[in-house]
Amino acid sequence: MSTMTDPPKESFKLGMLIYDTRYRSITIQIVALIGFLILAGWLINNTINNLAVLGKPIDFTFLRDPAGYDINQRLIDYNSQSSHWRATVVGLLNTLLVAVLGCITATVVGVIVGVLRLSNNWLVSRLMTVYVEMFRNVPVLLWIVFTMAILIETLPAPRDFRGEDPEASMLLFDSVALTNRGVYVPEPLFSRGLGDLPILPDTDSPACAIPEDGGPVSDSCGMFQISLDFLLIAAVFLAGLYASSKIRQRADRIQNETGDRPTTWYLRLGVVLIPTLAVLAALGFHLGMPELKGFNFQGGIYLRNSLIALWLSLSLYTAAFIAEIVRAGILAISKGQTEAAAALGLWPNRIMSLVILPQALRVIIPPLISQYLNLTKNSSLAIAVGYMDLTGTLMGITLNQTGRELETVLMGMLVYLSISLAISAGMNLYNQRVKLVER
Amino acid sequence: MSNTHYVRSEMLSEQEPPAATTGAIGWVRENLFSSAFNSVVTLLALAFIYWLLAQALPWMVSPTWHASSLTECREIIAELGYGGACWGIIRERWLQFMFGFYPKELYWRVVLDFILLFVALAPVLFTHLPRKMLYFSAIYPFLMPWLLWGGTIWNPVMAALGFVIGYLASRHLAPVLGNLAATILAFVLPVIWWIFLSGPVADGIASVLPLAIQSVESRAFGGYMLSITIGVVAIALSLPIGILLALGRQSNLLIVRSLSVGFIEFIRGVPLITLLFVASTLLNIFMPPGTDFDIILRVIIMVTLFASAYMAEVIRGGLAALPRGQYEAADALGLDFWMAQRLIIMPQALKISIPGIVSTFIGVFKDTTLVSIIGLLDPLGLSRAILADAAWNGLVWEIYGFIAVMFFIFCFSMSRYSMYLERKLQTGHR
Repeated sequence: MSTMTDPPKESFKLGMLIYDTRYRSITIQIVALIGFLILAGWLINNTINNLAVLGKPIDFTFLRDPAGYDINQRLIDYNSQSSHWRATVVGLLNTLLVAVLGCITATVVGVIVGVLRLSNNWLVSRLMTVYVEMFRNVPVLLWIVFTMAILIETLPAPRDFRGEDPEASMLLFDSVALTNRGVYVPEPLFSRGLGDLPILPDTDSPACAIPEDGGPVSDSCGMFQISLDFLLIAAVFLAGLYASSKIRQRADRIQNETGDRPTTWYLRLGVVLIPTLAVLAALGFHLGMPELKGFNFQGGIYLRNSLIALWLSLSLYTAAFIAEIVRAGILAISKGQTEAAAALGLWPNRIMSLVILPQALRVIIPPLISQYLNLTKNSSLAIAVGYMDLTGTLMGITLNQTGRELETVLMGMLVYLSISLAISAGMNLYNQRVKLVER
Repeated sequence: MSNTHYVRSEMLSEQEPPAATTGAIGWVRENLFSSAFNSVVTLLALAFIYWLLAQALPWMVSPTWHASSLTECREIIAELGYGGACWGIIRERWLQFMFGFYPKELYWRVVLDFILLFVALAPVLFTHLPRKMLYFSAIYPFLMPWLLWGGTIWNPVMAALGFVIGYLASRHLAPVLGNLAATILAFVLPVIWWIFLSGPVADGIASVLPLAIQSVESRAFGGYMLSITIGVVAIALSLPIGILLALGRQSNLLIVRSLSVGFIEFIRGVPLITLLFVASTLLNIFMPPGTDFDIILRVIIMVTLFASAYMAEVIRGGLAALPRGQYEAADALGLDFWMAQRLIIMPQALKISIPGIVSTFIGVFKDTTLVSIIGLLDPLGLSRAILADAAWNGLVWEIYGFIAVMFFIFCFSMSRYSMYLERKLQTGHR
């Protein structure tokens, strides 16, 4: 019988920090951490020294100072006396506006082009290939300035709309005017409107000062005004959609129990449309048409060329990428799936909605969302055509006027970063939900 | 009564397919007019193409190549009787679009540089070329900036010497001092060399042996030369950084992984233009007081950081696509981490990521146009200056069209090349 002896006890040697896998990972991490801290410390130290030399320590109070510049395209009230902070918010809202508009248009165009690229009509599929390659291989900044130039060069000036025999005329029953200064579209107006709801009362704003005659504080006091009319309409519309989905669930239940599906389309349509229309009528909804007065159009919503150019070029550019994603997604579903579904006796439209789309969307949606992200980031190129988005206000004019490079650029980066992280967090949630459960 | 049926006793000989289903007619019927709806669509598409060509072709072939100003152009076009382009501006300015304000008599240096770029790339791209050419590829990174910026030859030589010192240290000090000390010295000695010694030594040698070519200011750089320089340097540098970041993100060391993820997500989360603002306004603030380095260098640093984050994600995709068995087999052979990466993992992972790498390169190349926003004279930046020129005021279509066509040629041929490479490297085991 042999006795087990302990292996000879190793004494710790310095070399084991590198050659012994038990310690090596810790060594590497500590070296990496120290290296990172030294680098970060060095950069921060340099920054503080440099700012001290320049005589402008980090300070965000400039955000409260009056901005002193105008922003011509805006979603909330703003004038040159408003603070830099408000200018930043106006810019952020403009970024979000063009991002949302662009994502919607890009999706619509991209899906159409992607499907047409798979068309069995040779000419059509070639045309779509040309479109995709043309947009993918030319820089988006070039498309933006080019679109701007096209709008300015080819559209008629407002004065061409004047006179007995005008050179240009308005479209869609005199409701839309395309001019080289921008596009005028009708605006929704409410003759019995409910007014605005101020949120985040802004004590600094002059509108909030109590008038000298002791009257009530002005209605426009508050960081933002949210139109109560729109809130009400949206609430009624969403409630209608909810009721409609309840009706669909009931129809599903009846179908599962009896095998017959009750006809519900008129109920579902009515429950959405009738209350919404009723609210619109109660609020006195009408359209305010743009009209030519003097040298320019008055009334309606004025979309400047810069917005239109940015919106169009970003959508068309991103649509080329989305088209490729859609095409790849459809091609990724094997033909066997269609055939198997047909063998089960499903109708073609049900094959599409129950078999192909759920699988294709799993492939399409993650890259689609990263394209949305790209579009949002590319919207920062607005500065090239003078659209006042976040880059144009905070990192453009505010930076130049206050000379606060560090603060403004850092703030701008953080805002874009939070938008990106929010969108990718949403994407991760979606991925979790649709992930294939594998054995 | 017999009930005879007709029974064929021999096979019919093969017939030609109906004329309408073969040849050109068959192809047209199948691909363009297979149904009534399809026919309508085809006709609409044809009408659209006709309309487009009828608009564009006469404009494009206008004989204004030799016009020397806008007024001269207008006269020629007026004689034609239809709207035409004014191509004189391209003839007059195309050298500027290529080289910016680089001195005319030194154009050969830029051209030579890009020819040498292909010579240096060739042994990397085509494996059947002699391996000795790789020595030139190693020299090229030091040769290239010298040819572009000029100045004394000793600065790039001294920079290269740092790498030689590092190599020699790791090679020859190991037997004397042990592996650990040699590895550390291999990193420390070159850094000491670059920071403290290389400058004085270069100056010293230059005063004895002044080998120099005419130096060119960064301000003079412009046009496609600038775009290609920024794009090529950024991609070449971002490849190794991207590989390290991808490995860091895959590793199970918590601190290394969090640092890599933080860097990658931060860079990918912000638009490139904000990074360029950092290059133009902030980078000098981050450096020790008194440092004032070149704007093109600053832009290249930021574009490199930007590209390496995207590159890291592309390579991570390649790493993730490798079957686990490859890692386990490398471990089973007793290879350590770096040997396994070098011999087993990276060759396969990089091959899988080639399409992604090329499309990252195309993206970075297209994004170099953004430098026009911070005032560099890339083709788009030049176009502003040219459009403001009184002799050629407002020729938007010609100039933007020319820039767009040039970019299209560059990017489209690169994407086709990557598709070719993908097919060539497809060894068929997947």
